Amino acid sequence: MSEAKLDTSFRLGTRGDDVYAALIAAHDGLSADESARLNARLVLMLANHLGDAAIVIEAIERARAGIGKL
Amino acid sequence: MRYQHQRFPFVRPPDLNGRPTRAPVLIVGAGPVGLALAVDLALRGVKSVLLDDGDTVSVGSRAICWSKRTLEIFDRLGVASRMVAKGVTWRVGRLFHRDKEVYNFDLLPEPGHKHPAFINLQQYYVEEYLIDRARDFPELIDLRFKSKLVDIERANDGVTADVETPEGHYRLEADWLVACDGVRSTVRGLLGLGFVGRTFEERFLITDIKMKADFPSERWFWFEPPFHSGQSALLHKQPDDVYRIDLQLGPEADPEVERRPENVRPRIEAIVGDRPFEIDWISVYTFQCRRLERFVHGRVVFAGDSAHIVSPFGARGGNGGIQDVDNLAWKLAAIAKSEASESLIATYDEERIRGADENILNSARSTSFMTPKSQMERIFREEALAMAATEPFARRLVNSGRLSLPCLLDRLSLQSEDDPGFLGGLAPGSPCLDAPIIDNLGNRAWLLNEILGHFLVLSFGHPVDVPHGVAQLTVVDGPADCADGHTRVQDADGLIAQRYGGIPGAAYLLRPDQHVAARFVKPTAEKIATAIERVLGLEAA
Ligand SMILES: Cc1cc2nc3c(=O)[nH]c(=O)nc-3n(C[C@H](O)[C@H](O)[C@H](O)COP(=O)(O)OP(=O)(O)OC[C@H]3O[C@@H](n4cnc5c(N)ncnc54)[C@H](O)[C@@H]3O)c2cc1C
Repeated sequence: MSEAKLDTSFRLGTRGDDVYAALIAAHDGLSADESARLNARLVLMLANHLGDAAIVIEAIERARAGIGKL
Repeated sequence: MRYQHQRFPFVRPPDLNGRPTRAPVLIVGAGPVGLALAVDLALRGVKSVLLDDGDTVSVGSRAICWSKRTLEIFDRLGVASRMVAKGVTWRVGRLFHRDKEVYNFDLLPEPGHKHPAFINLQQYYVEEYLIDRARDFPELIDLRFKSKLVDIERANDGVTADVETPEGHYRLEADWLVACDGVRSTVRGLLGLGFVGRTFEERFLITDIKMKADFPSERWFWFEPPFHSGQSALLHKQPDDVYRIDLQLGPEADPEVERRPENVRPRIEAIVGDRPFEIDWISVYTFQCRRLERFVHGRVVFAGDSAHIVSPFGARGGNGGIQDVDNLAWKLAAIAKSEASESLIATYDEERIRGADENILNSARSTSFMTPKSQMERIFREEALAMAATEPFARRLVNSGRLSLPCLLDRLSLQSEDDPGFLGGLAPGSPCLDAPIIDNLGNRAWLLNEILGHFLVLSFGHPVDVPHGVAQLTVVDGPADCADGHTRVQDADGLIAQRYGGIPGAAYLLRPDQHVAARFVKPTAEKIATAIERVLGLEAA
C-alpha cells in the first residue's frame, strides 16, 4: 500500500487569489475547446514540474473521484 | 424602535452677514470620512469648516463592518469605545455552498489587542458619534448643514468655494479643500475628473431587516443558496436586532421592481422562515471598483468614496476612507502649521493610492468570483466550491470577500531604509501593533493609546538619545519607573518585545499615524533626526 503523499493543505501563502485570477485571466476570450487545451497544457506542465509520478497519480485519482461516474 | 434620524438645523453663518470666513481647511461632505477628518484636524489644533448638503446622518445603514485598524484610528479620535460598546463584535464567518457549510474562519487573531477584528455597527451610528465628537471642538470645527458646495475657483494658494444654502449663496475661501463628498462627488465633477477601473453589471439587493432571532453574531455567506435563485446571499447581524441581507440578483434584474417591499418580503421569508420581521431599508446596487488617477490636485485633495469606490465584499470602502483620513490629517496639519514642506502632501497620493489599489484589487476579485463571466470561470468556481468541503486548499481559493486589512507602506518615500539588524518585528511602513502595557502607576493600558498623533521614539530597555523636542516612550520588562523624567511602560505580557522584535537599546521612530517610519538597532539622535527630516521634507537642500 502506498503512503498518501498528496498535500491538500493550502500552500500558496498570500498568493492564492493571484494564482486564481491569473488562471481565469488566461482563459479570457478562449473558446471551450481552447480552454480545455489550455488546461491540458497546464496540467502536463505542472505534473512534470512536480516530478513525482506517485503524487501526480494520486492527484489524478482524487480529482477524478470528485467528478463521479466511476 | 427604529433608528430616529435627528435633523440638524441650518444655522446662518457669518458669511451671509457680510463676514466672510477664511478656513485653513474646507471639508466638503460630512459622511464618516469628512467627519473623521475634521476631528483629526481639530485634535491637531487645525480649524476646519465642514459643509454638508444634507441635514442628517446616513439614511440606511450602508457600511456595517468596521475593522480593527479603523477602531484603532477611531480610538485616537475618541469615539471607539462608544462604537465598540454599541456594535456587535464578531469573528466567525461561515461559508455555505448550496445547503452545506464548506468552510468557516475565526478572525480572532492573537490575544493582546484592545480592539476586536471587526464590529458591525450601522453607518448612521458611526456618523452620529462622530458628529457628537465634532461638537467637542466648537472653536475648531465649524459644521454647517444644508450647505451645498456648488462651485469652486482654484488658485495656487487656495480655493474659493461657492456655497448654496436655504438662505442664499456665499463665497468661502480656504487654504485647502478636502473633497469627502462621496461617490457622486460634486468636486470631482467640477474638476472634470473621472474614475478609472471596472464596473460590474450584476445587481445586488441589499436590505436591513429588524427581527428577533437568535442567529449568532457571525457572517454567513452562501454560494448558490437553496433559498434564493441567485448566485449568492449574505446574512450579518447588527445592533438593535437588525440584520443585513445581501442577495445577488443577476445583471438582468429590474431595480425598480426588485426594490418594492412586496417583492422583497418573500425573498426574506425564504431565508428567515416564519419569524416576524420589519423591513428597515431596501436598496438595489451595482458595484464599481474604481479610483481617481490622482487624489491630490493642487490645493484640492480627495478622500473616501470621492477618491475611490469598491464593492462592499471585504468592507473596504468606509474602512479605506478612514485610513485615508489617518494618513492625510497629520500631513495637512503639519503643512498648515508650517512644520512640514508642502511637498509632504504628495506622499498622501503615493501612500493612499497603494491602499486604494489593494482595496480595489481585493474587492474586484471577490466580485468577479461571485459573478463568473465565462463558462470556464463558472467551472473553476464550481469545482473550487465542490472541493472546498473535502480539500483544505480549495477553501482558501473560494472568495466571498477578503476583509479589510491595513495597507503596508513599505518602500515608499517617507520610510527610511530598514536596519538589517532586526530579525523580526515591524519593518518601516507597517502600522503599529497594539499590546497591553502597565504604566508607572501600575494600571493596565494599551500601547496604541500612548502613540497619539505626534512623532514618537519607542525605545526598548532604556531611553536613548533623541533630537530635541521629540517624545520618547521606553518599553521595559519590569515595573515602569518614571522618576528620572523619562516615560516608561512595562511590557505587560511580553508581547511588545515579541511584536516589535524589541532588542534592548533599539528604537523605532513612529509616525503621527501610528506607522513605523524607521527603526535602528543602535539609534542616535542624529539618525532619528534624519528620519524625521525625511518625513517632513525640511532637510537643507
Ligand atoms: C450597501 C453598502 C454596504 C457597505 N458596507 C460597508 C462596510 O460594511 N464597511 C465599510 O467600510 N464600507 C462599506 N460601504 C462603503 C461605505 O458606505 C462608504 O465607503 C462610505 O460611506 C464612504 O464615506 P464618505 O464619507 O467618503 O462618503 P459618504 O458617506 O457618501 O458621505 C458623503 C457626504 O457628502 C455630502 N455631499 C455630497 N455632495 C455634497 C456637496 N456638493 N456639498 C456638500 N455636501 C455634499 C453627502 O450628503 C454625504 O453626507 C458600504 C456601502 C454600501 C453602499
